[in-house]
Amino acid sequence: MDALADIFIDPFVQMAANPVFLVKVIWEGLVAGMLYALIALGFVLIYKASGVFNFAQGIMVVFSALTLVGLHERGLPAYAALIGALLVMLLLAIAVERLILRPLVNQPDITLLMATIGLTSLLIGLGEIVFGGEPKTMITRELGLPSGSIRLMIADRPLVLQKLDIAAGATALLLITALAVFFQRTRIGRALRAVADDHQAALSVGISLNQIWIIVWFTAGLVALVTGIMWSAKSDVSFALEIIALRALPVLILGGLTSIPGAIVGGLIIGVGEKLGEIYWGRLVGGAIDSWLAYFIALIFLLLRPQGLFGEKIIERV
Amino acid sequence: MLYREAGQFKTSYAADQSVFPLVEDRIGMAATLLVAAAVIPAIGGDFLLNGVMIPFLIFALATVGLNLLVGYAGQLSLGTGAFMGVGAYACYKLTTHFPDVNIVLLIVCSGFFSAAAGIAFGLPSLRIKGFYLVVATLAAQFFFEWAFIRVGWLYNDNPSGAIEVPSREMLGIAITGAAATSTTRYCVVLAIVILMTWLASNLVRGRYGRAWMMVRDMDIAAELMGVPMLRTKLLAFAVSSFYCGVAGAMMVFLWYGSAEPSAFSIRVSFQVLFMVIIGGMGSLLGSFFGAAFIWAFPILLRLMPELLGLKIESQAVDQLAQIVFGALIVLFLIVEPHGLARLWILAKQKLRVWPFPY
Repeated sequence: MDALADIFIDPFVQMAANPVFLVKVIWEGLVAGMLYALIALGFVLIYKASGVFNFAQGIMVVFSALTLVGLHERGLPAYAALIGALLVMLLLAIAVERLILRPLVNQPDITLLMATIGLTSLLIGLGEIVFGGEPKTMITRELGLPSGSIRLMIADRPLVLQKLDIAAGATALLLITALAVFFQRTRIGRALRAVADDHQAALSVGISLNQIWIIVWFTAGLVALVTGIMWSAKSDVSFALEIIALRALPVLILGGLTSIPGAIVGGLIIGVGEKLGEIYWGRLVGGAIDSWLAYFIALIFLLLRPQGLFGEKIIERV
Repeated sequence: MLYREAGQFKTSYAADQSVFPLVEDRIGMAATLLVAAAVIPAIGGDFLLNGVMIPFLIFALATVGLNLLVGYAGQLSLGTGAFMGVGAYACYKLTTHFPDVNIVLLIVCSGFFSAAAGIAFGLPSLRIKGFYLVVATLAAQFFFEWAFIRVGWLYNDNPSGAIEVPSREMLGIAITGAAATSTTRYCVVLAIVILMTWLASNLVRGRYGRAWMMVRDMDIAAELMGVPMLRTKLLAFAVSSFYCGVAGAMMVFLWYGSAEPSAFSIRVSFQVLFMVIIGGMGSLLGSFFGAAFIWAFPILLRLMPELLGLKIESQAVDQLAQIVFGALIVLFLIVEPHGLARLWILAKQKLRVWPFPY
């Protein structure tokens, strides 16, 4: 009975006892979830347009952030370094399209997945050779990102919010809105959606798949850069960040592989769920459960909806 | 000319169903086994046995296991590292509680524990497929990695957090622990790998292997034709994890000597999956090719600058090796997406018609 009370009653008693702390936990979860959502967004963009499960998204985040910091270290002003990093991501997109996607078109999914893992290995080696393996500090101040915190008093209890987190949230929101407008309103965006819908039909009305792939991989690179800046502003830029891609996978399947709103909602659910679980239930099993909790949350959702929350309904025929 | 089946008639069902129906194949296999069992232990130094052959055989067994799941039954999995870990930790706990039981028996038995874990984490495969299933198996990977660190009972609350292999003997010869020579360990590994590969080759030709291939090619059609989905898929997960578990137990007991949880990280899962893909999905022989390629290639790459007389710092060599490795993987996938097994088939075809073009 005690164990049951520990699981089903105690955590809620704790939550009710200190609601401001609960709000703080949820806020932290939302911020983490936003970043998860951004990474998942990069996955979704590429998966929709080229059917590739891009495992290299995580390393793209690190690589773009490293390029930014590395260029700044070599004497470029912050904003020029930002543009330089974007150019590098564009080159990467072109190279990926030319050297990997085009020769591997029509291969089974798993071959393409493996190719992106090969790309991961390549980018890790390249990044280490060019920029060195040691962790670097993100140039938050030079990029004009705010620091410090805001203190709110709620019912006589202080609630401290980092300005950086607020900025991250705002940027993520802005980026997602911009992408949504881009997809819905522009010519290229329509072409992208056509390709995502049906490759052959898109080809037959004269949409160039090769161009679309470059654009999509570049967009994913842009998202990666933004994610990289936001994430490494809290810690350092290092190759350890690569594993955050694995953190974003449950978000991805929870939301559905092909859905942009799914990535966002999934990210927020996982972010909040992870933080709540770790803080209120984690001590029951020894802590540090956030490495797998997200996967279990996603699994439970998946058993109810195999295509994810917003994924396309899977229709199978013989 | 050199490799032809013309004139080799089968006069009984047993001959028709044999694993190697051609004389040439039988000679080749016998020669390979002879080299593996007699020549290599006789001439091999410590580096060849401990650094190349033992890990190669262990990874080959894990690759055979994953290939049964991915290549034959069509269920993608990235939980290999975790299942290998379950085997290793199960073996460790077994030998702690039953120190008198033969260690080789325990290594094989530990496979049953990872098979149970495989069944538990294979259950979602009945409902979800493809990349969604990959993420489900990642749940297993991260859960067990966490358990190996946090659950003290698994490593007997050893303060270092690692499992250390005790010394065990069989017939008076040290098999595990510091006293065991690499030759002994190599022979034990070889025997287990040969036996289990032989079992696998018979399994995939039989009823269950055929059912797996039906599920791989189209599971709905297979279900309509009366293949029980629950039993077939879960059996694939169980057998695959069994193989991985035995490989994991061998990895710690007959190769590393002691292991930390990081030995079973997601990198191992990727590595074994690479071996499956590079070797060729749905081919047991390919599993061995793939394991040899992925294991030996980085070693060769690191030795390369020294052989060429270039002076590069060892760190830069590692980084360069990583770049070259990544690029080669991509190149290989482009040139031969069906893996090394396919190259082998093409080579056999060439030998068959040589010296004529076709």
